[in-house]
Amino acid sequence: MEVDNLGGPIRLIEVKEEIFADNRKVAEALRGRLRKEKIFLLNLMASPGAGKTSLIVNTIAGLRSELRLGVIEADIDSMVDAEAVVKAGVPAVQLRTGGFCHVDASMVEMGLAGLNLQDLDLVILENVGNLVCPAEFDTGAHKNVMILSVPEGDDKPLKYPLMFSICDVLIVNKLDYLEFSDFDLEKMRERVRRLNPAIKIIPLSCRTGAGLEVWFDWLRLVSRKEA
Amino acid sequence: MHELSVVEKILAVVLAHAVKHRVKRVLAIHLEVGELSDLEDRWLQHYFDHVSKGSRAEKARLVIVRMPARLQCGACGHDFSFATAAEQANACPRCSSTDCRLIAGQGYFIKHLEAL
Repeated sequence: MEVDNLGGPIRLIEVKEEIFADNRKVAEALRGRLRKEKIFLLNLMASPGAGKTSLIVNTIAGLRSELRLGVIEADIDSMVDAEAVVKAGVPAVQLRTGGFCHVDASMVEMGLAGLNLQDLDLVILENVGNLVCPAEFDTGAHKNVMILSVPEGDDKPLKYPLMFSICDVLIVNKLDYLEFSDFDLEKMRERVRRLNPAIKIIPLSCRTGAGLEVWFDWLRLVSRKEA
Repeated sequence: MHELSVVEKILAVVLAHAVKHRVKRVLAIHLEVGELSDLEDRWLQHYFDHVSKGSRAEKARLVIVRMPARLQCGACGHDFSFATAAEQANACPRCSSTDCRLIAGQGYFIKHLEAL
């Protein structure tokens, strides 16, 4: 081996370190700070096209008379989602991640700095659209929510187990597509509950509005409890 | 591309320890990776080789052990492993409660380095 010419015996160096420990520390501090300021932060994750922005726009329409909402939009490189949210009538900041496929706690801090937090009860973070990286990074949110849309298929919990294991709520969107597909809601439920027995599963359709009230009820409950 | 953010973190932690211990060269990095991680060993190594170029950890081998997923029962406290890809919902094998939460199988833990 070419390393031999460096000489000396091989040393074993103990590390014992979780690689995301520093991010977790920032995330824990952020969670605590927001709790003190009575702001509930929700991390919303999904594949591209599952309906993250649609759910946010529907949530604004349904809850803006009761809760003061703000939105952080994370995108690799665009402003379209933030524009849609502002059009819906709530403050939004766009975080351009510049190629990064996730958001970490310090990026969320930057996003929050762009909102007037004293005027808000609930901040929704729309994470970057994918089911891999966002699952690895604690954003400092009080609750993690993911959307799986019917056209994506009921096998996704088998393919992306980590994402399904870290979420408090799973929204099954595009329920109106169910009759056109072989998506098995019961089978999907069982697959998810193997990894995450406590997860709350809410099937709904942003297009027809079916099931949205169940989602609103959950949000009312947790934002009151957390804040 | 998802591997990139993980290997960059690995490299940062490894280099911090390499500097602290005055290491000339890191030969191997012993890692525990949760079974639920979607990242594959081969690609982790590939991306690590890329980000570590020119550093003391260049050409270091990632020695990866997968850590099984485990659940802990909220009712009786029993903890147990399970097959993640199976179809049926999980219940505690001791008291059959379904109030269980995941306690292992996530994350990336660097155990130790082999170095010169």
